Amino acid sequence: MREVVAEAENPVMLYSIGKDSSVMLHLARKAFWPAPPPFPFLHVDTTWKFQDMYRFRARMAEEHGLNLLVHVNEEGLARGINPFDSGSVVHTDVMKTEGLKQALDKYGFDAAFGGARRDEERSRAKERIFSFRTAQHRWDPKNQRPELWRLYNARHRRGESIRVFPLSNWTELDVWLYIHREGIPIVPLYFAAERPVVERDGTLIMVDDERMRLEPGEEPMRRKVRFRTLGCYPLSGAVESEADTLPKIIQEMLLAKTSERQGRVIDYDEAASMEKKKVEGYF
Amino acid sequence: MAQTDLISEDILAYLDAHEHKSLLRFITCGSVDDGKSTLIGRLLYEAQMLFEDQLTALEADSRRVGTQGEELDFALLLDGLAAEREQGITIDVAYRFFSTDRRKYIVADTPGHEQYTRNMVTGASTADCAVILLDARKGVLTQTRRHSYLVHLLGIRHVAVACNKMDLVEFSEGRFREIEREYAEFAAQLGLEGFTLIPLSALRGDNVIERSEAMPWYDGPSLMGYLEAVEVDQERMQDAPFRLPVQWVNRPSSDFRGFAGTVAGGSVAPGDRVLVLPNRRETTVERVVGFETDLERAVAGQAVTLTLADEIDVSRGDVVVAADAPARVAEQFEATVVWMAEEPLLRGRTYLMRCGTKTVPATVAPIHYKLDVDTLERIAANQLDLNEIGVVQLETGSPLAFDPYVENRDTGGFILIDRITNHTVGAGLLRSGARRDESVPWQELEIDREARAALLGQRPFVVWFTGLPGAGKSSVANALEKRLHALGRHTVLIDGDNLRHGLSKDLSFSDADRAENNRRAGEVAKLMTDAGLIVLAAFVSPFRADRETARSLFPEGEFVEVHVDLPAELAAQRDRKGLYARAESGAIGDLTGAGGAYEPPEAPDVHLDMATFDVAAAAEEVFRVLQERGLVE
Repeated sequence: MREVVAEAENPVMLYSIGKDSSVMLHLARKAFWPAPPPFPFLHVDTTWKFQDMYRFRARMAEEHGLNLLVHVNEEGLARGINPFDSGSVVHTDVMKTEGLKQALDKYGFDAAFGGARRDEERSRAKERIFSFRTAQHRWDPKNQRPELWRLYNARHRRGESIRVFPLSNWTELDVWLYIHREGIPIVPLYFAAERPVVERDGTLIMVDDERMRLEPGEEPMRRKVRFRTLGCYPLSGAVESEADTLPKIIQEMLLAKTSERQGRVIDYDEAASMEKKKVEGYF
Repeated sequence: MAQTDLISEDILAYLDAHEHKSLLRFITCGSVDDGKSTLIGRLLYEAQMLFEDQLTALEADSRRVGTQGEELDFALLLDGLAAEREQGITIDVAYRFFSTDRRKYIVADTPGHEQYTRNMVTGASTADCAVILLDARKGVLTQTRRHSYLVHLLGIRHVAVACNKMDLVEFSEGRFREIEREYAEFAAQLGLEGFTLIPLSALRGDNVIERSEAMPWYDGPSLMGYLEAVEVDQERMQDAPFRLPVQWVNRPSSDFRGFAGTVAGGSVAPGDRVLVLPNRRETTVERVVGFETDLERAVAGQAVTLTLADEIDVSRGDVVVAADAPARVAEQFEATVVWMAEEPLLRGRTYLMRCGTKTVPATVAPIHYKLDVDTLERIAANQLDLNEIGVVQLETGSPLAFDPYVENRDTGGFILIDRITNHTVGAGLLRSGARRDESVPWQELEIDREARAALLGQRPFVVWFTGLPGAGKSSVANALEKRLHALGRHTVLIDGDNLRHGLSKDLSFSDADRAENNRRAGEVAKLMTDAGLIVLAAFVSPFRADRETARSLFPEGEFVEVHVDLPAELAAQRDRKGLYARAESGAIGDLTGAGGAYEPPEAPDVHLDMATFDVAAAAEEVFRVLQERGLVE
């Protein structure tokens, strides 16, 4: 993070409100202490996040005096894009991927921190910590700069940008342990509690607000559930769980043998879906 | 594994144990056929690091594109990118993670394919240990030697040679001993000491995690047993002399001025005497600042912020070092360079050199030799191509603090960056350095450039004409010189053809020699401007990087690049000197424009479209720009 601040003209930290973002925010506060993080935080909002997430975002911005920028793809909203009618692929593409590109262009950021890790997904295992994007935000997996020792080459031409992944070499367990050790606040949805859900295609979806469309015959039921990853609520699968403390969550994660991104509906589409998304500019 | 029981019975004890596990980074090297991906896949599988959905995907993939029939094809876990999966080879560095009850691991999977030296060097640069795979049926091959050499070059102290596919040689001890002897001989030649040979079968799992019953004659560790015990480099570096390359200066208010960076060697505590290099200012560490609190001590690998007792000038790129064991400071270096770009490294070229947190321009002086990594033979060279390794002399424009790479990877390793594309084009390891003032002292001159220019009553500058042969560079330069001369300006014209009759008589037209010719032209022009003269230089100078190198010799605004632009067909038609005709007949090889490459300037100071301009008009246009810039009245 210090390296990027020293080399980039206009860096930004992407803030998605999830646990990885909590860790990133914490690390940023550490890296620059006693100065505050010398960059703004950007949330690309699809408008479909859980209400708990919006509350948490407001709390963090207030507590740490963050310069928090919220960007919504207004064009997408105007076109009526939503997770129900548009489907997960189009919704994610327009509201998240396109929204992100719009925001980066709008503010002219030349470096953006993200919380992605190499253990999450196969194509990420081969991405650099400093990952270059063309002026069109495209990633070229065949033309990455070699990264040796602790030397990062952040030089880029005007219009090009870098995505920087400081947590590249962390595992999911590392993230949880760090949250535990440092007492980092996270969105309550990660902890098990009784919540109203419906079951769809084997996935539990939380009825988070009145916009949730129920299929004929669907009745929200109360179940003790928690979320392993957070995104748009109609696209985030809950798991039934009793884990209401951090050690219990970690225990459950280690014993349950289902990997983290499985809760996200977007990953099912195709085997190489993430790689395709990334080439197109998904974070 | 025992971990599972601890997780379910006492999660807090597990978390505490996990937090204190050491982290070992290792790389695996071997060719596509040595079963490397299978071995890593099996390590992940056996360490129970695969999730159910990953297993399901693996089963599906194994059926679809697997090469192991009904069995799981572990290799498919590793091959990340879609295109690679179809080709069936790994072409980049991929990182994998797993842990045991003793350690956490990061595996860099690096390819064994011949032209990918660069990826292996990248993976090895951060590894504590290397696992080199070979096929027991084939024994020590050329690529085994190459991998061993690279691993040794990059300073890896622990090497496990995994003698794979023992099941295909009937687990024969005789075969294993034969390979062992052969490898030991080669390792001795290389100076590689810390190596261990392990007979195994990645496919069946023999000697991967557990000791195999199929090879009772082997009494060494299994591969996992070896990895659990091997030394972690960062722990060793805590005993090295203190080094902290300053990454960022932290100044939130007027009463705090901290120097942030990651400790690259040794440890530091308040009260320690330190030197700030390269300027050698001595002071005392006041505080070691952590997060919300101060630290009593920080060790290698920790990212901290230091405050110093005295108000001295410290900026990003400086290195804070132990006063009693300082790093060295030099401006000329001997270094081993691994070249990583398609475009070759050429003598005379200037690159950006990044070492620690400092970035400086560095010019390649002679290339001493390149190495045949298969035979370790030294070969004379004046360029390094992609994946070649050579020992070169580098000169930086300013002093740089460093340690020899063998003493400290973080203060002795560097990358070279192309100044135009910004790509990382080379990796290097510093071997030794010299101060310019120790080898060739600069003569202090009492009459300087300004004094000479003042006497002539003019401001010196360079007009650099570049373009294809026959485009009209010398003619335009000539016309411009007449114009300036008539105005009473003191000028000199250096012409490419004329330079090659004298100063550059020894040079050919290879890319490397063209770069060298260009370097000489730049230096001659510089001497002439030092004499107070206005220099008109007419050189094809086909490469952008070489023209940038020339530009960097002069103060801002005193180097005017003129692109004399005539399309190759027209230049060939006009062909004043008969060059194109001779190239056509084969008398000149690689004439720029007739086969040889020319990189036109992207933003020249003056662009002359010679299809429409005649010589006089072109000279007038250059003159107009010189006036506009205030270079001539």
